[in-house]
Amino acid sequence: MTKQTKEYIAFWIFRILSFIVLAILIWILYFIFVRGWHMLSWDFLTKMPEDGMTKGGIYPAIIGTLYLVAGSMLFAFPIGVLAGIYIHEYTNDSKFKRFMKLMTNNLAGIPSIVFGLFGMSLFVKTLNFGDSILAGSLTLGLLALPVVIRVTEEALIAVDDSFRHGSLALGASKLITIRKVVLPIAMPNILTGLILSIGRVSGETAPILFTVAAYFLPKLPTSIFDQVMALPYHLYVISTSGTKVQESRDMAYGTALVLVLFVLILNLLANALRRYLGNKVKMN
Amino acid sequence: MKRKFKQFTEKLIEGLLLISGSLTSITVLLIVIFLFKEGLGLFTTSPMENKNVIVVNKLNPVEHLTAGQIKKIFDQEITNWKDLGGKNDTILLFTINDLSNYFSEEEIGENFEYLPEKLNSIVDSIPNLLAVYTDKYLVKELKGKIVKVDKNNIPDFILGREWFPTAEPAVQLGVLPLILGTLLVSIFAILFALPIGIATSIYMAEVANERVRKILKPIIELLAGIPSVVYGFFGLIVIVPLIHDTFNLPVGETALAGSIVLAIMALPTIITVSEDAIRNTPRSMKEASLALGANRWQTIHRVVLPYSMSGITAAAILGIGRAIGETMAVLMVTGNAAVMPHSLLQPVRTIPATIAAELGEAPQGGVHYQALFALGCILFILTLLINIWVEYVSSKQKFKK
Amino acid sequence: MNKIESKNVHLYYGDFHALKGISMSIQENTVTALIGPSGCGKSTYLRLFNRMNDLIDNVRIEGDILLDGRDIYKKNIGMRIDELRKKVGMVFQKPNPFPKTIFENVAYGLRVNGIDHRSFIEERVETSLRQAALWEEVKDKLKKSAFELSGGQQQRLCIARALAIEPSVLLMDEPASALDPISTSKIEELIYELKTKYTIIIVTHNMQQAGRVSDRTAFFYLGDLIEYDDTPVIFTNPKDIRTQSYVTGRFG
Ligand SMILES: Nc1ncnc2c1ncn2[C@@H]1O[C@H](COP(=O)(O)OP(=O)(O)OP(=O)(O)O)[C@@H](O)[C@H]1O
Ligand SMILES: [Mg+2]
Repeated sequence: MTKQTKEYIAFWIFRILSFIVLAILIWILYFIFVRGWHMLSWDFLTKMPEDGMTKGGIYPAIIGTLYLVAGSMLFAFPIGVLAGIYIHEYTNDSKFKRFMKLMTNNLAGIPSIVFGLFGMSLFVKTLNFGDSILAGSLTLGLLALPVVIRVTEEALIAVDDSFRHGSLALGASKLITIRKVVLPIAMPNILTGLILSIGRVSGETAPILFTVAAYFLPKLPTSIFDQVMALPYHLYVISTSGTKVQESRDMAYGTALVLVLFVLILNLLANALRRYLGNKVKMN
Repeated sequence: MKRKFKQFTEKLIEGLLLISGSLTSITVLLIVIFLFKEGLGLFTTSPMENKNVIVVNKLNPVEHLTAGQIKKIFDQEITNWKDLGGKNDTILLFTINDLSNYFSEEEIGENFEYLPEKLNSIVDSIPNLLAVYTDKYLVKELKGKIVKVDKNNIPDFILGREWFPTAEPAVQLGVLPLILGTLLVSIFAILFALPIGIATSIYMAEVANERVRKILKPIIELLAGIPSVVYGFFGLIVIVPLIHDTFNLPVGETALAGSIVLAIMALPTIITVSEDAIRNTPRSMKEASLALGANRWQTIHRVVLPYSMSGITAAAILGIGRAIGETMAVLMVTGNAAVMPHSLLQPVRTIPATIAAELGEAPQGGVHYQALFALGCILFILTLLINIWVEYVSSKQKFKK
Repeated sequence: MNKIESKNVHLYYGDFHALKGISMSIQENTVTALIGPSGCGKSTYLRLFNRMNDLIDNVRIEGDILLDGRDIYKKNIGMRIDELRKKVGMVFQKPNPFPKTIFENVAYGLRVNGIDHRSFIEERVETSLRQAALWEEVKDKLKKSAFELSGGQQQRLCIARALAIEPSVLLMDEPASALDPISTSKIEELIYELKTKYTIIIVTHNMQQAGRVSDRTAFFYLGDLIEYDDTPVIFTNPKDIRTQSYVTGRFG
């Protein structure tokens, strides 16, 4: 076989395998969109579940997920950004920095079910928050923390040192330099990362199983110490453990579609933001 | 005054930064503490449920039993004291349920007030008896002998082949089937995903033109963002029936279904990480190869792949780590039978799925609860080792440059 | 006959006109130096001879380049790109050995061109390393990684690697700019010796180097070939004022 033939064959194998990946994704999306599309209606999004969750809507699960996303981001975003700034801008000692990065990577590598165990043991039991939005948000927040830190770090690395030196040379303090010069440049990337981590948090199930998620709740939460329903857990419940698994199939398709749409919209938003803010920074 | 205030706020903010920066380390530490406090607690407790004790005749030489032996006695796999180191005599099993075979209701008393004495007497009179009852029926001057039950211990926990965490009278906490189930599903997932993932990353980094790449890239990002329950749902509705029909099995929920779903989920990680590694190959190195008359494929497999091998290895290890820790999708499609896995076409149960499925029913502080935390510890250690491995592999890459 | 001939060559990177009608001919077994300020198109021109620019998207090339009288850019004339690259070796600015052993680095060009006869490869590796004046230094560690060599040794390894497939032309793009003075002079000696067997084109920013090693020198400026003549003429008696101010160091 000549080397040209080998190249030809190899490249075609790559091409075919890549298109298999493409086909798998399209298959999954097609399956969820086609079967879930007819479920999507205003009622589905804004009504309570009825008849043992075989009819009605998924309103409480949507609200629950929104609460959890908001709660966890309220925790993870400020702390994660501050931590990212600290690790990238303040640690000069490379050993210490390596240690911090190692810990962040370790935290990121811990499986989500372990976060669930930990969240239950610390927030639900030891701190006595009970199964609650508070416990669930904190657990999800810890899970999102390494993601936010990494995003922040990467955004800061992308800021050229000349900006820092320029500002410091003008006599500005380190803190002012970071606030007035570095952060504004890094912000678009940080925000995109943030949006993508929202997508991650909103789909997590294992960490909320034992910290907040309710099988079925006929009412909306009134305080942060209430349990809530959540979209991913709802999908799990109605597709596996209900007594009427077959009857609630359509509800499951609808819920899966809402979850996927949520992630899709966040992805599009992140890309749009990246482009929009990216241009703005360049123009200044 | 104003200056002092400014300095103060600067110090304050720097303190805040330090605290935030340390939070990941603190969290990892707390996770270790909470996980291992509960998990290691398991190894100080007895596998006997509901304060049951085992009482035998005084002359019986058997001093202690393991949880596994107790189960075998109850399953009548062990029927002779000889097998337990005693005399050659059949074992006569006695539980509270057998009471009516020995005594009338009057003899026991309306409120079981004579029961402890009666139990004491039959233990005394029947030499080959093995009686199991709760410790509140023990009397002060016991004529029989209490057989000690070995505490839960790490070797039995890890090497035990039976997982019946709520069995009576002694729970069976062998996690070997769960560990093997986890590894089986994850390793096959990687075997499926790795060739496809690496091929796609090579295609995207070295072969495809800009237009194709612009289509593939966001799609792979989306694939990475889809929640694992959705993959589980897809697996449940599409892959499971497919396997059921293709292989003509009684159930489609099998290790194979888990591996396929995990493989799909691992693809984005593998593709992105190894594509980055491949792109990191210096341009000049590729040019040198082409300038020597190599074609693109020769350049890829003789120069680019060897150069980016550590990055690709890191991608594979990361993928395994993700697969081992994945909970929901696996829980939904693998059938969750806690038996030693023999083939891919059989239901299996993984560690994360076990925790997710059982923690809700395990009473806090009980043996079962502690056992699930101990499983969490195993999972934590596994993923920690994988993380260290990844760090090691990718630090080697940096050194090379 | 001229070894290499370029006739009115234009090159565009997208809209950017990087080479503006370059015509020049190069004789066999000579050393030609390409000089000129940064960004004037020296590397671009050099990379035309082994079609390295083909790798870049959006490149458009006009004009003819002949090697031994055959047009290397005309498809139907029968010279495949890998055949061309076997005849035209290249040494890059920074040493860029492969992540392989010293031996495998030199053997690479043979292997990818379908040669796998062991003793033949061994023989050729040794000859090439000797030609590159590296044999004595590495003969005991051929199985070691090429990354263990010093920068100067790595660059000579890259030269040996290029020589192993017995090209007739050797392109060198600032081959000594990343090296210390001792390694640099070794490379220069090498070029002088290789001249008897190869036609060499070298890009350099170092005027003394161009003066020492080359027979002919071409001065490029903003994509134009300003002046091309015997090296002593360029350095002592240039016709163009721009050449003169460049070689005397008045701009750069
Ligand atoms: N891949 C490319 N795409 C677009 N423009 C390019 C590309 N490569 C080079 N150029 C441009 O073409 C011009 C000539 O570049 P070239 O690398 O040939 O210069 P050079 O004379 O070798 O400079 P130096 O001495 O700095 O190496 C430069 O203006 C450069 O910006
Ligand atoms: Mg150049």
